[in-house]
Amino acid sequence: MTDSMHSRDQGSNEPQVRFENVQKTYDGEVLVVKDLNLAIEKGEFLTLLGPSGSGKTTTLMMLAGFESTTHGDIVLNGRSLRLVPPHKRDIGMVFQNYALFPHMTVNENLEFPLQCHKVEKSARETKIAEALAMVELTGFERRRPAQLSGGQQQRVALARALVFEPQIVLMDEPLGALDKKLREQMQIEMKHIHQNVGLTFVYVTHDQSEALTMSDRIAVFDDGIIQQLDAPEELYERPKNAFVAQFIGENNRLRGTIKEFAEDVCLVELPSGHAIRALPVNVSGVGQQTTLSLRPEVVVVGAVESDGCDDIFTAVVQEQIYMGDHARVRLEVFGDDDFVVKVPRGSGHGGLEPGQEIRIGWRSGDCRALDAA
Amino acid sequence: MVATTGSHDVMRTADGVPLKIKLRRAERMRKVWAIALVAPLFLFLVVGFILPIISLLALSVEDPDLTSGFPRTAEVFQEWDGEGFPSPEAMATFAEELSVAERGQFGRAAKRLNYDISGFKSMVKKTARQSEQLALLPLDQIHDGFIKIDKDWGDPAYWYAIKNASSYYTDYYLLWSLDLQRDQEREIVGVSPDRAIYVDVLLRTIEISFAVTLLCFLLGLPIAYLLATLPTRISNLLLILVLLPFWTSLLVRTTSWLVLLQNEGLINDLALWLGLWNEPQELIRNRFGVYVAMVHILLPFMVLPMYSVMKTINPWHMRAAASLGAPGWKAFLKVYFPQCMPGVAAGTLLVFILSLGYYITPALVGGPGDQMVSYWIVQNMGQTANWGLGAALSCVLLLLTLVMFFIYNRFVGVDRLKVN
Repeated sequence: MTDSMHSRDQGSNEPQVRFENVQKTYDGEVLVVKDLNLAIEKGEFLTLLGPSGSGKTTTLMMLAGFESTTHGDIVLNGRSLRLVPPHKRDIGMVFQNYALFPHMTVNENLEFPLQCHKVEKSARETKIAEALAMVELTGFERRRPAQLSGGQQQRVALARALVFEPQIVLMDEPLGALDKKLREQMQIEMKHIHQNVGLTFVYVTHDQSEALTMSDRIAVFDDGIIQQLDAPEELYERPKNAFVAQFIGENNRLRGTIKEFAEDVCLVELPSGHAIRALPVNVSGVGQQTTLSLRPEVVVVGAVESDGCDDIFTAVVQEQIYMGDHARVRLEVFGDDDFVVKVPRGSGHGGLEPGQEIRIGWRSGDCRALDAA
Repeated sequence: MVATTGSHDVMRTADGVPLKIKLRRAERMRKVWAIALVAPLFLFLVVGFILPIISLLALSVEDPDLTSGFPRTAEVFQEWDGEGFPSPEAMATFAEELSVAERGQFGRAAKRLNYDISGFKSMVKKTARQSEQLALLPLDQIHDGFIKIDKDWGDPAYWYAIKNASSYYTDYYLLWSLDLQRDQEREIVGVSPDRAIYVDVLLRTIEISFAVTLLCFLLGLPIAYLLATLPTRISNLLLILVLLPFWTSLLVRTTSWLVLLQNEGLINDLALWLGLWNEPQELIRNRFGVYVAMVHILLPFMVLPMYSVMKTINPWHMRAAASLGAPGWKAFLKVYFPQCMPGVAAGTLLVFILSLGYYITPALVGGPGDQMVSYWIVQNMGQTANWGLGAALSCVLLLLTLVMFFIYNRFVGVDRLKVN
């Protein structure tokens, strides 16, 4: 990408990719993607997160050109992609199963895109060496994919998608086949590689912790609709609806009815008769049904008034599960017995016994009143 | 792990038996099983395949007709150096054996001599009828006596032909199968052009096999690709259509082409009716008919190995190639096709080698100029009872197949034939 194009992009304030009212159906009956509008900024790490069947992979495939849009348009650098075949889109892709070419060595796998893009022979070698150095696989040029471990194959696939310097790199659950430890290591590495190359990464995953670790922004998909598009902190701390709150991170859900309503606080009455103060997020008035969302870690165990808690209740310990760095404690409160809190190791509340009564509390700003879904 | 007391000690199991012995005992039963499982097939292979080939090879270098018909003549002629005429003593031996021989006894020998010079057989018979007087002649008149019966006995070539047939082991038939013979100086020379047919037949066999293989490949590749990429439900149906020919006899399929392609056949009738051509075209009893029928019959042997390999190719590779900037044709040539190679190699080798030995189809739908080596093997083994030549042609065909296999191995590598 030349500098002049750079400045033009910045000057026009135009996002690199724009999905405009995109709809997609496979069978003519069900919309897999419903009226998608999404702008992808140049150089960002955007993750499409959602459960399977939410339309995230379809969205990625439409951008790559492997699926057509039923309605709407995708615009790359101000140009419609409708009639552009996949091999002319200048979009690199890392596939779930890596799709390395088994009859080629690592070197040949990386040379293939350079050949296709008519890079001169002399320049190829340096580019391949750079790409391999980036994924820390220097010296593996002569190996064939079958002679590499899963993690190494994944790195080669990444290097191959980067080596021809595409405008965008798409990744479809690339870490899905790796074991947990390697996956976490690769997440950090990918984040660093993204920072180094400065290309736009669009990443599809159903693993919320992976999305939180790597992304600049996350688009949470459900039912063919983007439920929320925000930075990881925003998404986790300020989910806009019940689906996002429940899908990302752990979450205690309390259903109730709004009794009093103001701009920054509302009073919600639970079926058990308790009244809780909460932050109204997507509720509009008195009488409405709502779901309250409380993250386990915002709940203060053994709360006293001086802790700054707005609401304090008495709960009965049901069960304690030791998790190493913290303990998960299941409590009975508000007539339900699946209220979970996290007690960090060394917080002085280690020895909670079943049947014991404790005081729990939170700030009303941490308790979010969301839609009833 | 079982501890060893010292570094030089043998590893032992818990009850003190050395590990190696224990292992051998444990493995023995499995070995016996394996041998027992393989034995029936191995025996069958020896009796039904290896022994016939050995006897065929033997048959092609044996020349028993004269040595059994005229044993003493064969003996004395072998000692003759082949220059000019044999000694009168040798001629006398021949005359004597002719006079005492039963008719049936020298029939095969006379026939054998006839291979070399046509008309020799009747000449021998004619001579045999008068051989009693001939045998009584003194040595210095014996040659003239022969000439008196038939003037051709004055031609040394006839006498040489007898010598040529007088040794039990011979390269005569093998040379013949390559249109070669030995002249009187024992040099290998070509036979006269009117007798030279087998080199042409061999070249034609290779040509037809090559063309059939190529056609099968070109027709089979798209079918195999389709089979491997379509949804399973549809591809299973297609696969049955591909396999269907296997359920019909080869003869039935070939004769059905006869019905379709003959002058008053379906194709000609249809084309005439549609006005594609104005008079019936020769579609059969020529090379076209042979190609059509052979390609039809051999196509499944090309499609199945290719299909089984293509089925294992990750369909995402084509998408990956596209995302890396390769247009469809390039993705196919550089990414998909190289991965098909094991299947292509297996298919082409199978079709080519099967074609080399094809007999019934060219015999039924081909003209005289389209017959392959196998046809001539059958001709010689059956029709003319020239077993030596038939066996020699078989050997040449076997050798040709092996040579083709090795050339192929050089270029494609048989170790790539990994059909799943």
